[in-house]
Amino acid sequence: MANIISDETMEYVGILAKLELSDEQKEQAKKDMARMLDYIDMLNELDTSGVEPMSHVFPVNNVFREDEVTNGDERETILKNAPAKKDGSFMVPKTVE
Amino acid sequence: MNMFLRQQGREESEMAKQYETVIGLEVHVELATKTKIFCGCSTAFGGAPNTHTCPVCTGMPGSLPVLNKKVVELAMAVGLATNCKIHQFCKFDRKNYFYPDNPQNYQISQLYLPICYEGGIEIETPAGKKVVGIHEIHMEEDAGKLIHDEWEDCSLVDYNRSGVPLIEIVSEPDMRSADEVIAYLDKLRLIIQYLGASDCKLQEGSMRADVNLSVREAGAKEFGTRTEMKNLNSFKAIARAIEGERARQIELLEEGKKVIQETRRWDDNKESSYPMRSKEDAQDYRYFPDPDLVPVIISDEWLEEIRSRQPELRTEKLLRYKTEFDIPDYDAGILTGSKRMADIFEETTAICGKPKKVSNWLMGETLRLLKEEGMEPEELSFSPENLAKLIGLTEDGTINQTVAKEVFEKIFREDIDPVVYVEEHGLKTVNDEGELRRVVEEVIANNPQSVSDYRGGKKKALGFLVGQTMKAMKGKADPGAVNRMLAELLSEA
Amino acid sequence: MREGKERMIMQTASMTALELGRKIRQREISAAEAVEASLAQIEAAEPSLNCFVTVDGEGARAKAEKIQKAIDDGTLTGPLAGVPVGIKDNMCTEGLLTTCSSKILYNFKPTYTAEAVLNLERAGAIIVGKTNMDEFAMGSTTETSAFGVTRNPWNTEHVPGGSSGGSCAAVAAGEVPYALGSDTGGSIRQPSSFCGVTGLKPTYGTVSRYGLIAYGSSLDQIGPIAKDVSDCAAILETIASYDRKDSTSVKRTDCDFTSALVDDVKGLKIGIPSDYLAAGLDEEVKTAILKAADVLKSKGAQVEEFDLSLVEYAIPAYYVIASAEASSNLSRFDGVKYGYRAEQYEGLHSMYKRSRSEGFGEEVKRRIMLGSFVLSSGYYDAYYLKALRTKALIKQAFDRAFEKYDVILGPAAPTTAPKLGESLADPIKMYLGDIYTISVNLAGLPGMTVPCGMDSKGLPVGVQLIGDCFQEKKIIRAAYAYEQGRGPWELPAAMRFARAAGGGEKDGPKTSAGQTGGNETNCAGKADEHVSAAAGKGGI
Repeated sequence: MANIISDETMEYVGILAKLELSDEQKEQAKKDMARMLDYIDMLNELDTSGVEPMSHVFPVNNVFREDEVTNGDERETILKNAPAKKDGSFMVPKTVE
Repeated sequence: MNMFLRQQGREESEMAKQYETVIGLEVHVELATKTKIFCGCSTAFGGAPNTHTCPVCTGMPGSLPVLNKKVVELAMAVGLATNCKIHQFCKFDRKNYFYPDNPQNYQISQLYLPICYEGGIEIETPAGKKVVGIHEIHMEEDAGKLIHDEWEDCSLVDYNRSGVPLIEIVSEPDMRSADEVIAYLDKLRLIIQYLGASDCKLQEGSMRADVNLSVREAGAKEFGTRTEMKNLNSFKAIARAIEGERARQIELLEEGKKVIQETRRWDDNKESSYPMRSKEDAQDYRYFPDPDLVPVIISDEWLEEIRSRQPELRTEKLLRYKTEFDIPDYDAGILTGSKRMADIFEETTAICGKPKKVSNWLMGETLRLLKEEGMEPEELSFSPENLAKLIGLTEDGTINQTVAKEVFEKIFREDIDPVVYVEEHGLKTVNDEGELRRVVEEVIANNPQSVSDYRGGKKKALGFLVGQTMKAMKGKADPGAVNRMLAELLSEA
Repeated sequence: MREGKERMIMQTASMTALELGRKIRQREISAAEAVEASLAQIEAAEPSLNCFVTVDGEGARAKAEKIQKAIDDGTLTGPLAGVPVGIKDNMCTEGLLTTCSSKILYNFKPTYTAEAVLNLERAGAIIVGKTNMDEFAMGSTTETSAFGVTRNPWNTEHVPGGSSGGSCAAVAAGEVPYALGSDTGGSIRQPSSFCGVTGLKPTYGTVSRYGLIAYGSSLDQIGPIAKDVSDCAAILETIASYDRKDSTSVKRTDCDFTSALVDDVKGLKIGIPSDYLAAGLDEEVKTAILKAADVLKSKGAQVEEFDLSLVEYAIPAYYVIASAEASSNLSRFDGVKYGYRAEQYEGLHSMYKRSRSEGFGEEVKRRIMLGSFVLSSGYYDAYYLKALRTKALIKQAFDRAFEKYDVILGPAAPTTAPKLGESLADPIKMYLGDIYTISVNLAGLPGMTVPCGMDSKGLPVGVQLIGDCFQEKKIIRAAYAYEQGRGPWELPAAMRFARAAGGGEKDGPKTSAGQTGGNETNCAGKADEHVSAAAGKGGI
């Protein structure tokens, strides 16, 4: 394997992605990711110099809304699925200040 | 190297080092649109929590953003007014980070192709004029609000502000002192207010400034390590935070320690800052182009249209006030120093056609009352119509100056209609010749000393007699007429 | 005169959507009867197949009554009025559980309906349930569902393919005459091939993505899954729309797809990429595909092989792009606004991590981590931009091909449906199975799978027809002509599952697993059982 994923990298990815893995899962994830990156490295065989990265396949652009209020008070529906709510708001563990 | 130079070098190093402060600003401005940047929810302030929300601005699964055209136009207007170039092909990127005020856990912003770049504005400093460069201006969405619950160990999330359009104006590190920072912010605020792109209220958060600051030894070429200071919500707090952070960094360097590049939160009550970073906050935002949004292409025609719609900005207004209305430099400076003030000036002038009189009311009584009330000119709430009417009442002699000042105070505070007010309170100047003659004769009869003083050549005594007459007439006489009548009757006898 | 109930169910189960719609319009069958037939078939087939996460019998019956009235008073006259439909569980349906087959959305009832589904409802469609899928559409077998695997109606030891496996299997088993699926890397075309049904992925931007829970936003597209080409054309005609709520929606004036149902391919230029026929392609699949090409040739099409190039690079490019987008798209599932919140946590970030780690399955986590990594500081250029450049090259390769050909023909998958449990062990091998479908998504092209044969195990093979952007009509024409030449296609549906049907009165949300037997699943029960397990208790 050309790519080796370190424990630190795994830890870092966990922070970025907000995922917590058991040690066993971590080992598997390291292997999986390394294998996947080895496979992705195949792209380096391609000469892409001078090729513009393509985000959208066709040139659709300038899709706008007019600045007009179209939505009313939807609080009840918006909060319907909330795991925890209070006073018309979503409730979360205290954010550290 | 000769002894002398080496000696001198050592002496210098023993002296207190001179430091230069290098400051750049990231200014967030809430744009004055009716709706949010990517959905049709209202941006109005003050709704109950989550009453201005929809699936888009609360990050419901499957919802998609659609860009508000007005946001692009306001951003372009600010860019043009700050001498920026415009990226005529620009895109939106996602900035990924987890926080509950950010419902999608990514903020739609612009990293790779911001709408405006390479601009700058001129500020006045004690050392003369100076240009502060603007690195870029980009469009993005605001986050929601977190309220910390007093009773339970939790926070409450309100997404009413989530998706409110912002522009972030990123300056070059061109400022060197708190004064320059304030001058820059003031200028920026005025430009944006003039454009009608935002009301730019620091206290309400519609304008927010983050300060990037580093220090370096005077003459050094390289910048020092910078910190970013957040939570600054007044000009005073900004000035204090700059002073505090400058001192903190110099102290570190003097102790041989290093400044750490970090984001710090300013606590204006404690007048100190502390680092915001936590282990869970990697500050690696994994920006990538938002696949849900398409590029914005700004044609030359569109750009021209925006350019042609740009309102007159302060510099042009200043010049025009001087040439068109013959207003002195100083007064024109004050009048154009606030968009609201300038608007009132122009609208009132347009109605009554007396620029000098309007200017006098604004420069005199208005400024006095603002100071007395501790208000900003932007908070002025009276209507030009009522000021114009008041000027009309004084011009045609319906009321005299003293009464006018009293009435103006009412206009200033309650925006009353002066015509109605004067009528209802019986404040009209009394123009009854017979009545005036009767009162003046009485005053002459009751003040023989002053009369003889006047006749003896003490012309000042006339003033006293005028005062007595006005008092007797309860201020409702025309001072000119009183003067004439007194002079006439005094010379008669 | 009245036929036996069982017979009626059997007949209805074997009808195409258009046939059933016609009978409803002609008052031979009522909308309510169509719904009952569908529910009865579901009742019969679900214990062995598990195509649905949620069956909404009550809602469907109520809707049937309304629709029937509208048909009777002449307000609904369209071809799909009164016809039942299954919707893949990643499309929002107001008030109806929408899980993406994930524990993290085990209790999520959307407050609005996806635009494509709304279009169907306006046309009088009746939703009978939400179909199972690979969790968040990540997978090729429907084995990554948190609510149990779906089994292939042709042979329940085999997978139905994925990620729209529930939709395809439900159509193949006659549970619904048609269904909606979504296709990010082949998720309509590959399971259509495995289940012997017809599926179409439209040109990117043709069907609104509003309300489709995103996996890879730049690749996702909703499309029809049905029994034949005519159905697919009619359904696509109904769901395609320009939607102001979806910025990537394309304004098209050529959405009269049924006008392309013409049995004529004379002079049509068809290219077969020789790269598609190279090593890795199962011989039996290859034989079936080439036979399909011969049918078209015999009808006057010009068929030749050509070199498409870059085929193998599509997979790594796809996994970089799709994983990157997914890592961001799926970050909103955090236990704050909806869905699963862990019961035990200490503080905000622990709540995030626990909820997400417990809520997402292995494959989803694998892709989120990969996506986070390739976008992270220092890797963006090397991985993400490189993949977008590769995408540009792949698009160019297709552009060159479509200068010469009207339609590209090839397999939809290298093999027929693998056995359950064979694929997940080796992710890369599983990813390689998407080799013929993935590049179509990268280039935004329309692609369609039509059944074209069987292998020696009795499993179906589908032929894939690919068109240039906005050229659905060309592939529909080719597919229709092929279908006519191929002759009738028998589904295992009616005969196998109708026996147990009849008299089923079950309604209300019905969910899977349990009976599928022997499968390790992340969630051992129904989706809504988790409501009691976790809801309400997640207090702070």
